[in-house]
Amino acid sequence: MINVTKMRRSVVQPARSAGVWRRQLLIGLVFGYVGFLIIAPLAGLVSGAFSEGIGAIVSALSQPDVLAAFWQTLLIAFIVVGLHTIFGTMLAWVLVRDTFPGKRLLNALVDMPFAVSAVVVGYMLLLLFGRNGVLAPLLAMFDIKVAFAMPGMILATLFVTLPFMVRELMPVLKNFGIQQEQAAATLGASGWQTFWLVTFPALRWGFVYGIILTFARALGEFGAVLVIGGGIQGRTETATLYIFRALDERMYVGAYSAALVLGLCSLLLVLGTELFRRWRE
Amino acid sequence: MTARPFLPAGLIKRIAWGRHSLRASVLAYLAVLLIIPLLVILRDGLQEGLTGFWQTISQPVAWHALTLTLWTSAVMVIINTVMGTLTAYVLVRYEFAGKALLNAIVDLPLAIPTLVTGVMLVILYGPQQALGGWLDHTLGWRIIFAPPGIILALLFITFPLVVRAVQPVLLNLDREQEYAAATLGAGPWTIFRRVTLPALALPMSSGALLSFARAIGEFGAIIIVAGNIPLYTQTAAVFVFGEVESENRAGASAMSIIMVAIALGLILGVEWLQQRQERKSVA
Repeated sequence: MINVTKMRRSVVQPARSAGVWRRQLLIGLVFGYVGFLIIAPLAGLVSGAFSEGIGAIVSALSQPDVLAAFWQTLLIAFIVVGLHTIFGTMLAWVLVRDTFPGKRLLNALVDMPFAVSAVVVGYMLLLLFGRNGVLAPLLAMFDIKVAFAMPGMILATLFVTLPFMVRELMPVLKNFGIQQEQAAATLGASGWQTFWLVTFPALRWGFVYGIILTFARALGEFGAVLVIGGGIQGRTETATLYIFRALDERMYVGAYSAALVLGLCSLLLVLGTELFRRWRE
Repeated sequence: MTARPFLPAGLIKRIAWGRHSLRASVLAYLAVLLIIPLLVILRDGLQEGLTGFWQTISQPVAWHALTLTLWTSAVMVIINTVMGTLTAYVLVRYEFAGKALLNAIVDLPLAIPTLVTGVMLVILYGPQQALGGWLDHTLGWRIIFAPPGIILALLFITFPLVVRAVQPVLLNLDREQEYAAATLGAGPWTIFRRVTLPALALPMSSGALLSFARAIGEFGAIIIVAGNIPLYTQTAAVFVFGEVESENRAGASAMSIIMVAIALGLILGVEWLQQRQERKSVA
C-alpha cells in the first residue's frame, strides 16, 4: 500500500513540477513579449512628453494652432459618427434581414476599409474630387470644394470607419431575431414605431459600442486625411497632422504631448468600453 | 417566413416597399463611399494598358517598395502568429495574477492611433535616444529608419488580431481529445502539436491573413518609424504617398491597384476561413 503511493508519487511529481515549470516559462514569455512590444514604447511616450516638465506640455498644447487642430479632429469625428449611426444601422439591417444576389460579396466588401491603405483611400478621393478629378467639372459648376477642405476629410474618415458600426450592430440584430418586430407589425405598429419602440431598444448597447469605436478610430486617422486634406496649417490640419508637422519641425515636446493626449483619449474610450462590456456580461 | 400569411396584404406591400427603398439607399451609400472610388482607381491605373502598368511597377524604386512591404509583412505574420497563439493559449488555459490586465493590454494597439505608435517607437529606439543609441553603437543594430523598425511597428499594430481570432475557438474547444491523448501516453508537446494545433489551424490562419492585410497598407506608423528613403525603407504605402505628392499619377495608381487587389483577396480569404470555422463549430 505504502509502496504503491510512493511509486505513484514518484511518477506524478516530476511530471507536475515539469508542468509548473513549463507554465511559468510560457506566462513569463508572454509577459516579456507584451512588455517589450507594447508597455515599453508606451512608457517611452509618457517619459518623452514629460521630459521638460508638465509646464512645457501645457504651454505646447495651449498654442492656438494645436487647439485648432484638436478642434478640427473633434468636429470631423462627431460628423462621421452621426452619419455612420444612421447609415450604419441601415446597412447592418439590410445585411442581416434582407436577401438579394451578391449579398455575401457586399458583406465582405464592408471589411475592405480595414485592409485598404489609408493613403490609397485619400488618393481615390483625390482622383474623384481633386483638381483634375472625375467630378471636378461638376464641383466647379456648383462651387463646392471637397479636396483640401473639410468635406474631403469627412469622406476619407467615413471610408476608414465604415466597418465599426456595422460589425457591432450585425450580431446583435441577428440574435434579436424577427419575432418581436413581427408581433409589433401585426398589432398595427408602423415601420417607424416598430423600429423606435422594439428594434432600437434591443440594439442600444450595440449603438453605444459602435459609436465609441467609430469615434476613437476617427480621432486617430492620419494617412487618408493627410492626402485629401493636405494638412494646411490652420485650415485642414487635424491633431494627427499637427503631430506629423511638429515632428518635422523638431517641436518634440509639442509632438509628444499631442501624441500622448490623442493616445490617451482613444485608449480610455476603447478600454473603457471593453471593461464595461465585460462587466455587463 | 411562415408568419407572412398572417400579415394583412397592405402591410406586406408597405414592408416590401420599405425594404426595397432601404436596400437601394444602402447600396447607394456603399457605391458612393466604397465602390466608385475603387473603380476610379482601377480605371486610372489601367489607362496605359497592362504593359504600361507593368512598366510602372517594375521600375526599381516601385519594385523595391513592393517587395519590402511584402517581406516585412511576412516576417511580422510569422512572429505574430506564434506569439499571438501563445498569448491566447496562456490567457485561456492558465490562471495567474495579472491575467485580466494582460487581457486588457492585448486590445491596446487597436485603440492607439498608428501615428502615435510610430512616435512611441521613435522615442524608444531613435538613434538620439538612450536605448536606440546604445543598440546602434554597441551592437550595430539600427531599428529606426531601417527595416527592423517597420517589422516592430507592424508587430505592435497587429498584435490583437491573432490573439482575438484564436482565443474564442480555444475557449470552446472540447478538451476530451486532449485528455484521451494524455491517457494514451502522449507528452504535452505532442498533445499540443497533434491535437490542439490542428483544431486552431483555421482561426490562426484567418488571424494571420488579417494581420497581413492590415500590414500591407500601413502608413502612419511606418512613415514615422522608417521615414521615406527610396530603395531602403520606402514601403508601398509611402511610395504611393510620394507619387501623389509629386503628382505622378501613373505610379500612384499602379501601386494602389496592386495594394487594393491584395487587400480584396485577403479580405475574401478571411471571410471564407471564418465561414468554414462557423460551419465547423455548428457541426
